[in-house]
Amino acid sequence: MLSYAWTIPLFPLFAFVVQLLLRTKGNKKLVSSLGVVLTFLSFVFSVYLVVHSLVWNQTIPEWKVNWLHIGANVVTVGASFTPIQVAMLFIVSLVSCLVQIYSMGYMKEDKRSNTFFAYLSLFTFSMLGLVIAPNFLELYFFWELVGVCSFLLVGFYFYKESAKQAAKKAFIVTRIGDVGLFIAICLLFWEVGSFDFDVVKQAVDANQLSSGMITLIAILIFVGAIGKSGQFPLHTWLPDAMEGPTPVSALIHAATMVAAGVFLVAETFWLFEESSTALAIVSYIGGFTALFAALIALTQTDIKRVLAYSTVSQLGYMMLGLGSLGLSSGFFHLLTHAFFKALLFLAAGAVIVAYSHEQDIRKMGGLWKQQRWLGIAFLIGAFSIAGIPPFSGFFSKDEIFLAVFQSGRYDLFVAALLAAFCTAFYMFRLFYLVFAGKVTKEKTKTLSWHFKVPIWILALFSVIAGFLQYPKHLISGWLDETTQTALWWIPVVVTLMAVFGIFLAYAVYQKRWVSAHTLAKLSGIGYRLSYRKFYIDECYEALFVWSLKGLGWILMGWDRFFVGGIALFMKSMPIQLSEMSSRIQNGQVQRYILISVIGLLLLLLSITVGRFIS
Amino acid sequence: MYLTSYLALAAILFCIGLYGILTKRNAVMLLFSVELMLNAVNLNLVAFSRLGFYPNVEGQIFTFFTITVAAAEAAVGLAILIALYRKKETAEADQYNSMKG
Repeated sequence: MLSYAWTIPLFPLFAFVVQLLLRTKGNKKLVSSLGVVLTFLSFVFSVYLVVHSLVWNQTIPEWKVNWLHIGANVVTVGASFTPIQVAMLFIVSLVSCLVQIYSMGYMKEDKRSNTFFAYLSLFTFSMLGLVIAPNFLELYFFWELVGVCSFLLVGFYFYKESAKQAAKKAFIVTRIGDVGLFIAICLLFWEVGSFDFDVVKQAVDANQLSSGMITLIAILIFVGAIGKSGQFPLHTWLPDAMEGPTPVSALIHAATMVAAGVFLVAETFWLFEESSTALAIVSYIGGFTALFAALIALTQTDIKRVLAYSTVSQLGYMMLGLGSLGLSSGFFHLLTHAFFKALLFLAAGAVIVAYSHEQDIRKMGGLWKQQRWLGIAFLIGAFSIAGIPPFSGFFSKDEIFLAVFQSGRYDLFVAALLAAFCTAFYMFRLFYLVFAGKVTKEKTKTLSWHFKVPIWILALFSVIAGFLQYPKHLISGWLDETTQTALWWIPVVVTLMAVFGIFLAYAVYQKRWVSAHTLAKLSGIGYRLSYRKFYIDECYEALFVWSLKGLGWILMGWDRFFVGGIALFMKSMPIQLSEMSSRIQNGQVQRYILISVIGLLLLLLSITVGRFIS
Repeated sequence: MYLTSYLALAAILFCIGLYGILTKRNAVMLLFSVELMLNAVNLNLVAFSRLGFYPNVEGQIFTFFTITVAAAEAAVGLAILIALYRKKETAEADQYNSMKG
């Protein structure tokens, strides 16, 4: 049974094919249930693997076949099941299954829901394939495949201009990162002659690569992760990707695909460990992103955008943890974040449905009285992300803070603390604006069990997932990492920061001791900067979009007027010539005679002139 | 009399014929012009047979043949022209352009 573990991604693939065939004619309920059932099978199989690999500590055999021979090098395809991959399999299949159940409720009234479920299945297949890929090439294939699914799903409402633009942006911006990953893979193949993780790892361990090369490759891999995981310079696509349906935001743009970048860094962590420069870059970019995105999230008014920036910020935390040599802390946060962020997104989706597709939080309020269960679920997610014990986010954040403190980068430690404060503030600002206050809509929609079941399951995981690392350090054990001695004051400080953030949100948005306007005025230009997302989009617009468009225009002019002119000349010259000669051949003997006479005269003339000259 | 005068006359006749062929549209006029050119040649032959460097009678015999053949040619030409006229219902030469490419 274990040797068939590689079939896990094939279930959703099968679902995708069938769903695609039934796209126009199929019964909606049947098509969506098919996806759920097959993904559930994958999930069951993953649980089976988890039990064997993580609980009983067995090694699951790799599966490998030769695919291509390039000279003496063999390219293989297959599947491997290291603990980190098995844990990731569990997360992906679970969240995917829950999101599909949720989508059955959320997309019920959409005409193209069959297509939507087909895309979800394709995404699940690609993501599971990415997770179990044993070599860089296969990983890159699936990496691009999830990118395509993201593109398709962000642009699912393609008749909306903003969705179309967002889909294009998501695709293009992540592609910039992918180029880095691609170059890294090429360099690795050039240096080592293999794509396989274990072969490359052995080569790195045997010092086959120079340290400069390792640094370069690690940074390029990280560039790929920056694109996928929405880290600082390439983060702009992720908030825009919220144009997609909310279940997609939960699955792809919060829990799984955007975590692929973090997963990639975690999976190739042996490479990063060899280069302190690469690690420093990872942690500084991660730390900066964590604070930067949290600052933007403070002032956003679209419920999904707040969560999107929060995702960017939390991904920054994961990178920060990884960069501070805390492999288990980064991965742990990935795991808990997948649960609580999926929970938050699904709850936000439920809020949006309850308010009949209204996303502006300023128009919401008082939902607590109408949908108390939703409020409680959201509160669990919010406590978790803010890092309040005993919710899962507390434990994983604590690990990251510990790793950062022990790496000795105190500036990043302070930045992360500030980010933790901001996180707590914006989450509870969201909570109070949506759930507390005056009732803005008398009758909100009641939500079916499709919404409730996934949300409660995720809420359960958000509460208990933290105990994986406490009191027994299970995750560190899976990743073969020695546990660091905890410092007692770090969790206290982190919790205090979170509590302070929550208290401020309570003071501003619940009790209104201080009005939000005064706060905005106090911060001066800071509010504007945060509200306009630090003008990053505008800068990119001016720097890259316009300059590239200008270049495009110049090249278009060159193409149209110069190259096109030559082509036009080449086309019209023979036509003119042939028209001339055809005018001569008009079928009249007299014309022919005239021409012969002229020819004769010319002949005579030239003979005469020739005689004079010679 | 100088040979040159005859040759000049023949050249003038030839050119008139050529001009007629190139410019006239009526097919009958074209036939006339061809006759003119033929006769210019005949005149040349006769002039050379009498006043050339080696005068002999062969030139005049040639001329008789040419006149005979020209008569036959005129007859055939006119017959063709009549047949064409019946078919195309016109004697204008520029209407006979079915050879046009």
